[in-house]
Amino acid sequence: MSEARTAVLGEIRRSLGRPEVDREREAAAAERIAAHPRGLIPARTDLGQEGRVRLFIAMAEQVAATVARVGSMADVPAAVADYLANLNLPPHLKVAPDPLLDAIDWSARPLLEVARGGAAPEDEVGVAAAFAGVAETGTLMLASGPGAPTRLNFLPDTHVVVLRTAGIVGPYEEAWDRLRAMGAMPRTVNMITGPSRTGDIEQQIQLGAHGPRRLHIVLVDTPDA
Amino acid sequence: MQPTSAAFKQRSRQAIANPVLQKALQNIRPGFQQKRAKAVAQLPEFEALRDEARDLKNHVLAHLDVYLQRFEAKVQESGGQVHWARTAGEACDAVLGICQAAGATLVTKGKSMVAEEIGLNSRLEAAGLTVVETDLGEYIIQLRHEMPSHIIAPALHLTKTEIAAAFMQAHVDLPADRPLDEPRALTDEARLMLRQKFLGAQVGITGANLLIAETGSTVIVTNEGNGDLTQNLPGIHIVVTSIDKVVPTLEDASTILRLLARSATGQEFSAYTTVSTGPKRRGDMDGPDEFHVVLVDNGRSSILGGPTQDVLRCIRCGACMNHCPVYAAVGGHAYGWVVPGPIGAALDPGMIGLEEARHLPHASSFCGRCEEVCPMRIPLPKIMRYWREQTFTRKLDPASARYGIGAWAWLARRPRLYHWTTGLAARTLGLLGGRRRRFKWLPMAGGWTAHRDLPAPEGRTFLAQWRAEEKRRARAGAP
Ligand code: SF4
Repeated sequence: MSEARTAVLGEIRRSLGRPEVDREREAAAAERIAAHPRGLIPARTDLGQEGRVRLFIAMAEQVAATVARVGSMADVPAAVADYLANLNLPPHLKVAPDPLLDAIDWSARPLLEVARGGAAPEDEVGVAAAFAGVAETGTLMLASGPGAPTRLNFLPDTHVVVLRTAGIVGPYEEAWDRLRAMGAMPRTVNMITGPSRTGDIEQQIQLGAHGPRRLHIVLVDTPDA
Repeated sequence: MQPTSAAFKQRSRQAIANPVLQKALQNIRPGFQQKRAKAVAQLPEFEALRDEARDLKNHVLAHLDVYLQRFEAKVQESGGQVHWARTAGEACDAVLGICQAAGATLVTKGKSMVAEEIGLNSRLEAAGLTVVETDLGEYIIQLRHEMPSHIIAPALHLTKTEIAAAFMQAHVDLPADRPLDEPRALTDEARLMLRQKFLGAQVGITGANLLIAETGSTVIVTNEGNGDLTQNLPGIHIVVTSIDKVVPTLEDASTILRLLARSATGQEFSAYTTVSTGPKRRGDMDGPDEFHVVLVDNGRSSILGGPTQDVLRCIRCGACMNHCPVYAAVGGHAYGWVVPGPIGAALDPGMIGLEEARHLPHASSFCGRCEEVCPMRIPLPKIMRYWREQTFTRKLDPASARYGIGAWAWLARRPRLYHWTTGLAARTLGLLGGRRRRFKWLPMAGGWTAHRDLPAPEGRTFLAQWRAEEKRRARAGAP
């Protein structure tokens, strides 16, 4: 295929009237990438941290996600159990082996049946952790990794995501900075804004097309927030 | 894909006479226009973001070779492979080669307009592979053996009744008396049927809305989550995309993403925006073992640097077609190629040739709505005008039109003769118009009078009336 590569790049350069090797432009592009300047950022996220948390909740609820805000990680089992009970959903959790979630003592709610690991087709409720929440649009950011199977975000009918308020940022750009600080780019970064939906039949919105039918966010207040 | 754009006129006539299509097209206003207007109103920075996105994409196009090479290097660094393709055929070869090397029999596919453009499905099927479209709209039209009629809502031309009939026919293992009259039931049935496919496929093919040079990532934007199941469950993920999709950084991607969902579906953000980089990493619990990017040119590098280069800024949001009165009247199939509507009229002649696509730039009332809503500020009417001129200079339009336009041009360059002739015509038609002052039929105007009467002129041209009025005012001493 390298013949095609040479031809495509050659035609691009011919069309642009550029020479084959152009160290100057290469350096300029590399510099722009290294600096990754921010573009215009909407003013709606110019808020203090608590304002951003509230904006995040409002935006997530606008797209049919539900949010339970709790005081500490110890409250997560109750929040999850109550959510499932209210909707008469089976209390069978598949929990991502994430260090944050591993620290949860699920035995506080004995009716919850908890398994740890990746998603299997028969799993009904997936529990995952987000590394950030973007207030601008109520968007959760999840990165794949040894403790974060991507399938868990898509196969189960019910998706529960645990997010700490310290993870809430204003615009997407702040989430990218956090991602860069975490190290090399993971295989998958999922930006999730509400449950799965489709408008393909007569432009009427239906939730739960192929991914989760419902998205529940357990937002945990963190002292450092 | 084999274009049928040359039959635009005939297909438009059929489209206008098709009651099912006309009913389906009525969903455009509430489904797209109103939602977009609301979403745009919620973002005061929308206009400024359009300027930024235009400038950003112009910058990338001016240095496209450099950014593509950088993207390629980063894909390789993260363990993926890039396959360059000059033509549709080369792109299909690349995909088929990967599938065959893996011994694949079942391939799932997320929605990709580039895959439609290169005719990927028929090529893979001819080689004995089973290809399943997983986007609900694409799945529906695949069952009906149709092509998409809209770039973001492929089954826009159908109502739920046709969709239910297609499901009844295809899903023979389900009880024949099941209720299927509501979108909910149809959506659930597709979910059930496609789950098995997601789990069984060896290769998953997606498109890409953006490519990021900084990280070597591909980005897909979906609402259903089908693209994610497609790329995460099988062992091989192939991204079929084109060279015009690259942006430098994650920040640049954010600027475009702020415009995309708002312009397309009127959402603040789509449900799933997924950034994929390379195959799964050591220790990862899931994800594909192989990651391939097929970078398709197929004529784009020749459009670059030319008079229609601006079409390469397109992010395929569909807003221009959602606001086009011609599209709303005839739907997408009449255009006869993958990209319909105003962007189709501006892009397709450069991709499939002006000869084939020559009618499309004429399918415009020049109302300017497309340019008004285009998030990337593509001057669509200007580009259509350019193609119209080319149609004329390359002598591609029929003789009657050429002589008509030629004669008019000759006359228009001779103002006195022009006014005398038009004055004569106006007086004659005024007299002939009779008491009803309308024509039911006129020689050489059948295209107009077949559908409506032509009002007879008042007997004098506008200029003649203007002069008379000026004189009257001067006499009356008015300013
Ligand atoms: S031309 Fe503009 S409005 Fe039309 S699809 Fe492309 S980006 Fe969207």
